[in-house]
Amino acid sequence: MTAGVPLVVMEDVNKSFGDLQALKDINLSVDKGEVVVVIGPSGSGKSTLCRTINRLEPIDSGRILIDGEPLPLEGRALARVRADVGMVFQSFNLFAHKSILKNVTMGLIKVRGMSRAEAEDKAMELLKRVGIADKAHRHPAELSGGQQQRAAIARALAMNPKLMLFDEPTSALDPEMIKEVLDVMVELAAEGTTMIVVSHEMGFARSAAQRVAFMDGGRILEVSPPEQFFAAPQTERARDFLSKILAH
Amino acid sequence: MEVLLDNLDSFAIGIRNTVALSLASFAGALAIGMIIATFRVSPVPPLRAAGATYVETIRNIPPLVLIFVFFFGFPTIGIIYSPFVSAIIVLAVYTAAFVGEAIRAGVNTVARGQAEAARALGLTFPQTLGLVVMPQALRSVVPPLGNLFIALVKNTSLASTISVFELTFVSKRLITDTAQGLLIFFGTAIAYLLLTLPAGWAVGRIEKKAAFQR
Repeated sequence: MTAGVPLVVMEDVNKSFGDLQALKDINLSVDKGEVVVVIGPSGSGKSTLCRTINRLEPIDSGRILIDGEPLPLEGRALARVRADVGMVFQSFNLFAHKSILKNVTMGLIKVRGMSRAEAEDKAMELLKRVGIADKAHRHPAELSGGQQQRAAIARALAMNPKLMLFDEPTSALDPEMIKEVLDVMVELAAEGTTMIVVSHEMGFARSAAQRVAFMDGGRILEVSPPEQFFAAPQTERARDFLSKILAH
Repeated sequence: MEVLLDNLDSFAIGIRNTVALSLASFAGALAIGMIIATFRVSPVPPLRAAGATYVETIRNIPPLVLIFVFFFGFPTIGIIYSPFVSAIIVLAVYTAAFVGEAIRAGVNTVARGQAEAARALGLTFPQTLGLVVMPQALRSVVPPLGNLFIALVKNTSLASTISVFELTFVSKRLITDTAQGLLIFFGTAIAYLLLTLPAGWAVGRIEKKAAFQR
């Protein structure tokens, strides 16, 4: 929670998929302990932005710094950075052939070099925290979507990440399950976890975010505190977007 | 039928050598094939190119020609092995091209998100492949590998051309001695079936065991 170097800095980041420029001159910095929610219409580049931060998508130009260090290109150095950056996916991506417990312990044992017993203790503690300790020995396919997503959050948290990335974590969930996942996320935010959350959950943005970044057409059009953003968006495009999604 | 019964001991030696050839070269093919598949899905372009070159070269040359190149050609550049070892090496190298492709196809059946989640967790490329992708890929690879094993068992008969004392070679010998072509080759065909049919059955069993919930 110290001031000084921001945890994540994106400088003039550009990224194209063939002819489609997904990110255009992205500049964004996120401080330690801050929660930034990225919203925008589909195809606006918000998922791509999230995925460039741990280099699941390599960028074409610009710089991304994590804790003041440029993101390594490939190899072990990149793997080390990724170990410190937790990621939660829209489609959960739990390892299908492993139990929930083993999903959570894999990183601890294989990346952090923790003993199995120690890793299992820690994993059980986290599974308890997200409310699915009783599912520890089940396989992912046996759990509901909400339970799988909570397991995925536990798997990411196990690594004690400096930063958590959420790429549309509730988009694939039924309304009832959205709440159970958001509850966990709100709790994390309240504890001071640094989070970048790509989401359509306006309620979450209002209650948990320090800042909202609005994207359209690969650009960040505005970044402002949620009160301000929802009450008086600065750009016409944001006003238009909000009027559509908040209309019903 | 007497001619078969009288020569059972010769057949037994032939069968034993055919089994040994099959198992040894399949083990080699699995090991090389796994490396080839790893190359082909690697993030490093030169490795991908090397893997593709191997597959396209080896699988498009008749295995008999490969055996001749290795056994009759390579000694001139100082590479000399016994007929038996030569057959194992060539059959392993040949089958590996197909094994590599089968495993690569299996890797492609694993959802992309699985590897992404593994990388996001901080696993290295070899760990991602070994701990997350391969274990899931191999389950879908069991049936094609079974086919390749059966094809390999049949291909071991090519070793008869460089006088490896396997089933087909034994049969040809016995025909020279007894002049009973029909019966001898009939017996040989039955012997191959005795090897390949149980192999197919075993593959079915392994496939059932490897099935899992997705």
